[in-house]
Amino acid sequence: MATLSKQKIGSVLAKQGILIAFAVFIVAFTLANNKFLTVDNVFSVVPASAKQGVMALGVTFVVISGNLDLSVGSMMSFSTIVVLDLHDKIGPFLAIPAMFAMTLCLGAFIGILVGYLRLNSLIVTLGMLSAIHGLTLTYSGGQNMDIADKEGTWFSVFGQGTALGIPVPILIFALLAAVLGLMLSRTPFGRKVYAVGGNGTAATFSGIRRARTVFMCYILSAFCVATAGLIQASRSLGSQNTVGQGLELEVLAAVILGGASLMGGSGTIFKTVIGVLILGFIQNGLLLLGLQFYVQYVVTWVIIILAVWLDIAAKRGRLWSPIA
Amino acid sequence: MTDTKPILRLDGIVKTFPGVRALDGVSFAVMPGEVHALMGENGAGKSTLMKVLGGIHQPDGGAIYMGDEQVVMSGPLEAKAKGIVFIHQELSLAEELTVAENIYLGELPRKSFGRVDWKTLAEKTNAILKKLRVGFDALTRVGDLSIANQQMVEIARALTVDAKAVIFDEPTASLTDAEKVVLFDVISDLKADGVGIIYISHRMEEIFKITDRISVLRDGQYQGTVATPETDEERVTQMMIGRKLDLTRNALHHELGDVALEVRGLSCGKLYTDISFEVRRGEVVGFYGLVGAGRTEIAETLFGLRDPSAGQILLDGEEVRLNSPVDAIARGISLVPEDRKGQGLVLGMNCRDNMTLPQVDDLTAGPFVAEGAEVAIFDQYRDQLDIRTPGWRARVGNLSGGNQQKIVIGKWLSMHPSLLIVDEPTRGIDVGSKSEIHKLLRGLAAKGYAVMVISSEMPEVLHVSDRIVAMYSGRIMRTFTSDEVTEDSLIQAISGLGGDGKAA
Repeated sequence: MATLSKQKIGSVLAKQGILIAFAVFIVAFTLANNKFLTVDNVFSVVPASAKQGVMALGVTFVVISGNLDLSVGSMMSFSTIVVLDLHDKIGPFLAIPAMFAMTLCLGAFIGILVGYLRLNSLIVTLGMLSAIHGLTLTYSGGQNMDIADKEGTWFSVFGQGTALGIPVPILIFALLAAVLGLMLSRTPFGRKVYAVGGNGTAATFSGIRRARTVFMCYILSAFCVATAGLIQASRSLGSQNTVGQGLELEVLAAVILGGASLMGGSGTIFKTVIGVLILGFIQNGLLLLGLQFYVQYVVTWVIIILAVWLDIAAKRGRLWSPIA
Repeated sequence: MTDTKPILRLDGIVKTFPGVRALDGVSFAVMPGEVHALMGENGAGKSTLMKVLGGIHQPDGGAIYMGDEQVVMSGPLEAKAKGIVFIHQELSLAEELTVAENIYLGELPRKSFGRVDWKTLAEKTNAILKKLRVGFDALTRVGDLSIANQQMVEIARALTVDAKAVIFDEPTASLTDAEKVVLFDVISDLKADGVGIIYISHRMEEIFKITDRISVLRDGQYQGTVATPETDEERVTQMMIGRKLDLTRNALHHELGDVALEVRGLSCGKLYTDISFEVRRGEVVGFYGLVGAGRTEIAETLFGLRDPSAGQILLDGEEVRLNSPVDAIARGISLVPEDRKGQGLVLGMNCRDNMTLPQVDDLTAGPFVAEGAEVAIFDQYRDQLDIRTPGWRARVGNLSGGNQQKIVIGKWLSMHPSLLIVDEPTRGIDVGSKSEIHKLLRGLAAKGYAVMVISSEMPEVLHVSDRIVAMYSGRIMRTFTSDEVTEDSLIQAISGLGGDGKAA
């Protein structure tokens, strides 16, 4: 009996571990720096997280379907560069839909490879990470992209505008989270995503078109990336080719932190949003503590590994499983 | 044998999983130099018991003794260190390595500076292989060996440690008769050395040939131990299933309706050839044969999962092409697949969502899934099939095998199919649920469903079928009506003897 209750405590700890760790972080940061838990700071963290957050929403679908998307960072660079370039060439009205169409094509390409050809998503999207980066550099000729007339364009509204006193990026994030959250939890499509990720064979045996479902997840992911690219471009009105570099890991960290299993079949949009916020606060807290921003790369990875460990431990019911 | 002490003793082992009591106070002892059979139907708890013994599962109650000493098996390594060796049904060999490397993996003999002593390794390995009288040597790559020989490597591996108890789990499943003889010799050598042997098998013939005692499990409970010479197959079977083997035939016939499915000359590569049969509404047609006879493949073709290479499929007299399960479902075909957990269910999903999965596109209110309608469907089939679950929110993975199977059946009944195909409907589920499912299948026929039942269990086929199609090696050997079928003729037909003469 003693071992049983010990196991139970272990599994509760493992399941709630992230929230407990989050609470410890918040308390520690608040004690260390009295600016941390202020309205101003909270309002500065959330907009900064909006871009990653939007991408994490799409990646949540991909991960629940049992796949990965490591190409979102370089895809966002692509969207950003393309929309900035087209802004001056064909005007923002046409530039935005054109950029969305091009990004969705990239998503469709990945979707075909992973969904219909059943190639391993890790390999495909890792390859696409590099390929899209090359595509972006080819497109831009290696140059940074800037909007000529930064003062005179309404394009800045997506990244810099406010509505009802709330920054537009937050509104976009919230709106997308609500729509995609409902899509995942309430529509037949969402149900199929869980089924395909939970047991693809059983999904096929239930008459679910597995390839199409996976394909749609990558389309959604690309749509979210395009939206994040729009926010990024609109915020800065100029960009380097590498603006999205490394974001794929932050985004994946947020999704896993939210509790989506890399095995597929579990996770929710709500939890991903929590994951995004936790990651945002932790990174902000580290900055407020006076640590250099590059420390967060290390911390992000420590957090991912911790989250994966706790996820596995919760399933096994114990933290340590020495299976030879 | 009563004067010696057991080498290994399990006392009152209890193991529960969420929703199931897999082992309920099982006690069991092995004497040195004894071959002790462990028998029971699928799902009776044999493998769980062995996993407890091997340290893979920790028991929730009871104790394990070796000699007089109580031991705790904290993991597979510990079990091995204590001299308990498993020969698994599934092989766990590194195919790219040689036989010798596989056998001594982790304990390769060393020379100075950690270099492997290849010469000693080969000598030691060949000595063991010689004892096993196999036709390969220490330097053969394991991937180049037949499955049977790979199994011999597994056995050789077991012989390297100072084994006190060796557990053989269905060791003859992939062996030829000649290889079996060698295996039985190995077992008798081990026996002579005073090793205790636990022998798990479904094959009565072997059990009666080589074992000294037989212990039986049923539904996680210990049913008793008998000395092999003092018992017979019938008695053991009775202990396993809790009653006499029920070989009664289905005697009830319903009024048959129109032909729902007709198959003409259907072939699929080498899997099956020239298959023709029909199923009428109100009729249960049983498909009986050995594993690999092509029955499941026919079902998969009818469900759009395989492309036939020749032949026609007619539904209600109309020829159809079924390219995917989506097509098949649209045509009113339902398949309850063979592998419940692998093909039938998304174990991490709740009961309701699993049940309504094939029709989730049609159960909508606006853009959303109509959850009320889903719950209504779940409630209807929970009541009709007597599914025992804490509620629709329960994860399917936590239900017992029988209830899981009923969820799959409910899932396909709720599609109101015109043809229902069930493949091994009662595999691995308890006796009670079994007869409920049989009743259910008969009831469906009475309501006018056309039902195909694929089964490897003769009592099941006899029990539910109006007609029985006997298959052997991808061909239909003979079709029986339930009035004319006898056990003997059925067994002959599925063994490729005395059929209609269709097959050579």
